[in-house]
Amino acid sequence: MSLVHPLHKFVRPSAVRTANCPGCGNGILASSILRAIDEEGLSLDEFVFVSGIGCAAWIPSPYFFADTLHTTHGRPIAFATGVKLAAPDRRVMVVSGDGDLLAIGGNHFIHAARRNIDMTVVCVNNGIYGMTGGQAAPTTPQGLKTATTPYGSVENTFDISGLAMAAGATFVARWTVWQPLQITKTIRKALSRKGFSLVEIMSQCPVQFGKKTGMGSATKMLDYFKEQSVPIARAGGMTREELEGKIVVGELLDIEKPVLDVEMARLRDRLRKEAADAEN
Amino acid sequence: MKNERVMTGRHFMQGNTACAEGALAAGCSFMAGYPITPATEIAERLAVRLPALRDADGVFIQMEDEISSLAAVIGASWTGRKAMTATSGPGISLMTEHIGLAVGTETPCVIVNVQRGGPTTGIPSVELQGDLLQARNGSHGEYRIIAIAPASPQEMFDHTVLAFNLAERFRTPVLLMADAFVGHMHERVDIPEPEAIEIVNRRTAAPGFDIEHDQSFLSPDVAPMPLFGRGLKSHVTSSCHTGTGKRNVTDASALDHFIRNLAAKIDNHRDEIIRVEDNTEGADIAIFSCGSVHRVALKAAETARAAGLKVGTFRPVTVWPFPDREVAELSERVKSILVLENNLGQLYHFVRSAASCPVHFLEPEILGTLHGVDRVVAKLKEAAR
Repeated sequence: MSLVHPLHKFVRPSAVRTANCPGCGNGILASSILRAIDEEGLSLDEFVFVSGIGCAAWIPSPYFFADTLHTTHGRPIAFATGVKLAAPDRRVMVVSGDGDLLAIGGNHFIHAARRNIDMTVVCVNNGIYGMTGGQAAPTTPQGLKTATTPYGSVENTFDISGLAMAAGATFVARWTVWQPLQITKTIRKALSRKGFSLVEIMSQCPVQFGKKTGMGSATKMLDYFKEQSVPIARAGGMTREELEGKIVVGELLDIEKPVLDVEMARLRDRLRKEAADAEN
Repeated sequence: MKNERVMTGRHFMQGNTACAEGALAAGCSFMAGYPITPATEIAERLAVRLPALRDADGVFIQMEDEISSLAAVIGASWTGRKAMTATSGPGISLMTEHIGLAVGTETPCVIVNVQRGGPTTGIPSVELQGDLLQARNGSHGEYRIIAIAPASPQEMFDHTVLAFNLAERFRTPVLLMADAFVGHMHERVDIPEPEAIEIVNRRTAAPGFDIEHDQSFLSPDVAPMPLFGRGLKSHVTSSCHTGTGKRNVTDASALDHFIRNLAAKIDNHRDEIIRVEDNTEGADIAIFSCGSVHRVALKAAETARAAGLKVGTFRPVTVWPFPDREVAELSERVKSILVLENNLGQLYHFVRSAASCPVHFLEPEILGTLHGVDRVVAKLKEAAR
């Protein structure tokens, strides 16, 4: 009897080799996402996965054996908006990186959150541009030396989850890949919510962030996530100074608001009824 | 009336409105756009019409910019919708990366460019045929495009239907190269009965299609489209890919296959795609013009003929692919060709390279206005000497 990984059924047969570097956080996250879908009892056939450009965008494409749309740099949420509005019965999930979704694609991110369109966005935040060789991202910690900030970054950093909440998202959570079971639980919850869900995942890039910046190996970076993570319940009782450099993890927001595709369907029904009434 | 897909009847209608009505008649049920002069009326009309459609769940969405507008259109097309966007030059400039994506992923969609005066912000409400070369090669890399140039509100209707049909037939984006003149002009528009309108629908992969082995991309004869939502597990990527859609970003030979087959899909069917209006029988001089400028050409030819000159008109309805063989054949029959364009000479160079007879060029006296007929006739007389 041969052993088969329980998630093997979700992997595209022709995708036999991983493109990820050794120690990349993508693998942990990919299995956490698939486990959430499996535990929810969902079929991948219910989904369309949309991704942009960058290492994280390769998580669903080509590895998930599902409808996948691999798009341009920064724009997956815009493509996903078209998919969801055109086919509201589809579950739409965007998986992409911080550079993709928050730098070049920041405008689409905030407007999708504002519209509260029903999709789950998993943003992999590794604080750097991995695929292009370790350049600074809007999430790169201040002072960090990267390929394009050789004297240390002098810019402020983006708070991705904070931005999503301010822009109008209705479900927002942040975890690190040190917490794979929590990620699975949170994605299950995100899948059960109608509206714009953002799941921010802090992940390690040992090759670009770790090696070039001197931050260390994958295991050291995971240790860092473990040490710096502060559950949201505890963070409430901490001062701004105490939270400096910490990663606040957990489900940060879970509210209800009108959902775009539902409102559009309601409008169509109203217009049809008005037309029918006018005829009678 | 606003619930019916096809507004059959005789109308006095603006060109942009006729474009929106043509889209609906062609089966369009999705528009994503962003306001821009002189194209906005297309979005405004579809914002009224799409959600109210009786026979389809019509979607109109105003996106945050033109980049996301074409992205949403492409996403919608992969679910099986006929989808479109409409804009003007600055919007097209923002969309060009996704025009390339639509070509590369073989996504049918219609992109309307109601051309205005550029470069940069230019004058939004003045017409110019300044974007013809951009339409051909605006996106990076090498590819083929289909572009049509309507010359009247009636053609804004007819050619929008044609644009959708070509997009569906060849699984490719089609550009409708209108301009502010035909977009904002009001004229008689006859909309036929629905049964009288020819509709083409894309070939799609049927359930049971083997996504891992069957060809769904890169066929010169147009592969069936593996739509989302059918359990096909489609793999669609903007990266270089194989005939089954699998990414290959390591072999130059895969890139060669990718580029050549996308081009062959259009090149091999050029006779089916290209439409010209050739009224040059017995003519010594042919006026070559497209879009709104063709209206001037017709009037100038009539005036010149009345003055005893043997003048005919030749109009590419399909600007791209360029009707090079048709122009070559024309140049064997006439003594010279006069190219009229509302620009400093864009198609002119393509006419010159295809023609074996002398080719003259005349831009309008003031760019952004149509040529004065007298000026064209004077140029024809000069060419006849």
